[in-house]
Amino acid sequence: MKISTSGVNLLSSMDEVSLHSSTERSNPMVDYEKPGFKLCAYVDRFIKTNAGVIPIIKSTLEKKDLFSTFYVRCGIRRHTYTVAPGLYAIGKPDKNCEVLVTANFKLTFDHLRKELSDINAWILVLDTKGINVWCAAGKGTFSTRELVKKIKDCSLEKIVDHKRVIVPQLGATGVSARDVKKQSGFRVVYGPIRAKDIPIFLKNNRKADKKMRQVSFELYERFILTPVEIQIVLKPALITALILFIISGFGPDIFSFPGAWERGMISVFALAAGIFSGAFVTPILLPFIPSREFALKGIITGSIFAIPLMTIISFVVSGFAGLLALFLFSVTISSYLAMNFTGATPFTSPSGVEKEMKRYLPVQLASLVISSGLWIYSAF
Amino acid sequence: MEKLKYLDDVSSLVLDEEKCIGCSLCTEVCPQAVFEMKQNKAQIVDFNACMECGACVNNCPSEAISVSPGVG
Repeated sequence: MKISTSGVNLLSSMDEVSLHSSTERSNPMVDYEKPGFKLCAYVDRFIKTNAGVIPIIKSTLEKKDLFSTFYVRCGIRRHTYTVAPGLYAIGKPDKNCEVLVTANFKLTFDHLRKELSDINAWILVLDTKGINVWCAAGKGTFSTRELVKKIKDCSLEKIVDHKRVIVPQLGATGVSARDVKKQSGFRVVYGPIRAKDIPIFLKNNRKADKKMRQVSFELYERFILTPVEIQIVLKPALITALILFIISGFGPDIFSFPGAWERGMISVFALAAGIFSGAFVTPILLPFIPSREFALKGIITGSIFAIPLMTIISFVVSGFAGLLALFLFSVTISSYLAMNFTGATPFTSPSGVEKEMKRYLPVQLASLVISSGLWIYSAF
Repeated sequence: MEKLKYLDDVSSLVLDEEKCIGCSLCTEVCPQAVFEMKQNKAQIVDFNACMECGACVNNCPSEAISVSPGVG
């Protein structure tokens, strides 16, 4: 491929290679073929600039993107769901168009491009190791350093005439506007939190209203996180279930296999109820459950589920000790997982989480020990 | 819906109003609307909404704000 180095007119139709523009060749993209490389499905065509050939991406998601989104939301392959960092374009951008900065998590990338159907812009993708903007900003990969590096690597000064990049507001946790300006000459303008507000933000001369600047955590936003919450506990839950079967075998005959099976199955029901309550119901009903402490929310929801479950189990398990053991166990699991959900919310402070953990972890541990003791005792 | 609130009186957020130069960047980057501008100075108007994300600290040009969460 040939990249011109001087006097390039960005919008000239000569420079833009479109899938539909050529009549002579069946595949105009053939110019961009490289041995060993495959064209990404989200690339529509290419544009030649002073800083090289830049892919123009589609603003529509395809079936494959949607399937992948579904998998990633379920926790499948979510840590390797990335796009190559660097510069992209959308629409027909020229030297006056805005530069939108984002992360290289494909879910983030898709989320951004699907909102830009009527926008001409440059998209600067930082290498955040496949993590979303906010989390990456918190962990230091969406950072001043990385932004400055990408501005230089992509020769952004050759792409646009203005000296301005639009960084998503949540990236501010990792970015210092002042330092970016000092180190790259580019001014950081903080864009809205949600990609869907970008068109209005741009239309209003890069001004965001108060609502665009505040995070929300509505029902759907909470629900969509729950599959990953459950997926994360699956493995520890299987190990716990195995331990439950072993503990359930202890009894007057030292170890009884039928006991392990029967009582084990019952205790696994208590475990499942705890997981369902702590990792699914509590997150979804979060604002409606009393208390601000997540651990206590988990205890409340866990109890509501455990009480009817105990009523059913009481037909099989006789004796107060056994029922109490299962109740405590189920509620503790729910409380622990609810506390764990603080890490997925957009409004909990680390200081608050630390306070809560100091208070509730000992309680949860004690409850677990007591319930195990009671469960073994109840077999005699 | 009213915004979700976590525990009260736990945040380590401190604003030194003396040092504030009134650039209002903290009101722009805070995702919880903790700050508001009053008489050209930033003020904390919703302390308990602070989630210690550090966006304000990072972007304050006069080092007027600090948060120091523990390991979390």
